[in-house]
Amino acid sequence: MATSDSTPLLHADGLHRTIQGRTLFDAFALRLAPGERVAVTGPSGSGKTVLMRTLAGLEPLQAGDIRFLGRPLGSWRMPEYRSRVMLLAQRPTLPEGSVEDAVRAPFAFRAHRGRAYRPEAALALLERVGRGRAFLDRATETLSGGEAQIAALLRALLLEPQVLLLDEPTASLDAAATAAVEALVAAWLEQAGGRAYLWTSHDPAQVARVSARRLQVGPS
Amino acid sequence: MTSAAYLTIGPVQLVLAALLLIVNLGLSAWLRLGLERSLLLAAVRMVVQLLLVGLVLQFVFALNRPLPVLGIALVMACLAGIAAVNRTRRRFPGVMWDSLLTVVTAAFLVTGASLLGILRVRPWFEAQYAIPLLGMVLGNTLNGISLALDRFMEGAASNRAGIESDLALGAGRWEAAHGLVRDSLRTGMIPTVNAMMVMGVVSLPGMMTGQILAGAKPTDAVRYQIVIMFMIASATALGALGVTLLAFRTLFDGRDRLRTERLVRVDGGRRRG
Repeated sequence: MATSDSTPLLHADGLHRTIQGRTLFDAFALRLAPGERVAVTGPSGSGKTVLMRTLAGLEPLQAGDIRFLGRPLGSWRMPEYRSRVMLLAQRPTLPEGSVEDAVRAPFAFRAHRGRAYRPEAALALLERVGRGRAFLDRATETLSGGEAQIAALLRALLLEPQVLLLDEPTASLDAAATAAVEALVAAWLEQAGGRAYLWTSHDPAQVARVSARRLQVGPS
Repeated sequence: MTSAAYLTIGPVQLVLAALLLIVNLGLSAWLRLGLERSLLLAAVRMVVQLLLVGLVLQFVFALNRPLPVLGIALVMACLAGIAAVNRTRRRFPGVMWDSLLTVVTAAFLVTGASLLGILRVRPWFEAQYAIPLLGMVLGNTLNGISLALDRFMEGAASNRAGIESDLALGAGRWEAAHGLVRDSLRTGMIPTVNAMMVMGVVSLPGMMTGQILAGAKPTDAVRYQIVIMFMIASATALGALGVTLLAFRTLFDGRDRLRTERLVRVDGGRRRG
């Protein structure tokens, strides 16, 4: 993986999506370099979620070109691609069981072979948001919306993706949970070079906090 | 069938039996259930369908040739394949073909292997054995297929967020779906397992009862029942597995995406047979 600074991590060009006659985005272009913090903004219903899902390869691509590390999306095995370019949905979905079961489960996927779940890595991240061992033992059904999003983010971060696609991760969270999510993402970004994220938000204050650059989707 | 070992039923007796429906009609009229029309229609349909099938089967039995037996078997299998899909709450393009392919393969494989390898019927197309055995296998396989298919489609639709969150974390399509596949197979096989559990204790199965009525020794009749239950169990398992895998191929595409937009809800599609 020789990623020089001139090669973007994620590169998209001419992305187009029409759903039932309504064009969500057209000729959308993106260049995400290592270390970059980019916000994606637009009114609600403007297609931010579809765009993020498209970049994660969960939506069919109607037109355009997506490249990761210089290689076109079509040449990546999708599980491999998604283990590096990881989407965090607005509403977290966790399986039944403890938080620790939930964050450990994806390590069994083939795309993550060679990696193992390390409780100390989970604890180190949790410590940054003032939580500890007890949080890992909680049953996922008893988590509040904010706690569930923290657990979902923890699950993603432990898999050490290179690019995070954060789709309104704090849209329905209170101030404390929002701060925790922002702190965890910041910690992940600093942890290693060559990482970057896209963050959709409709809160201008948050956009100012978490991004150095803005991209607009839909009518501006 | 000149010297039948059972009482034959004449037209007068059929009419007498039909009089039993007066109980239903009376109840419906008295309690204003409004069921009179459907009751009569259902009764007439049942009588006409069965009398016609009796004639067709009699004809095929008399021919005693492989092609007509195979033809009628295929028609039965196709009707079963269609009926299986008609009971599900959702559809996707090609679901009918998936169901037909699965029903025909599972039922023909199991019935064929049993006729040739277990019962050793000679010739194999002896309609007296082939048609009723296939009919029993089809009736149950269709249930298994329809339950498994319904569970799979409902699960894909209702747990879309959970499945996609696994996919987004790097799961392959099989890794993301295998819990749902397992649930669907279990759902498809539950009726057969339950039936075997209580067979002979709570329920006396129809085929065994029929053989006893026709003069067979109860000890012989139960042996047939045992064989048919094993046939039903394996055909149902094959059918549930086959249809679930085919549905999996449609709802999870080669780029490891969940394609729930291919599912169409059918309102009022949940008719109970």
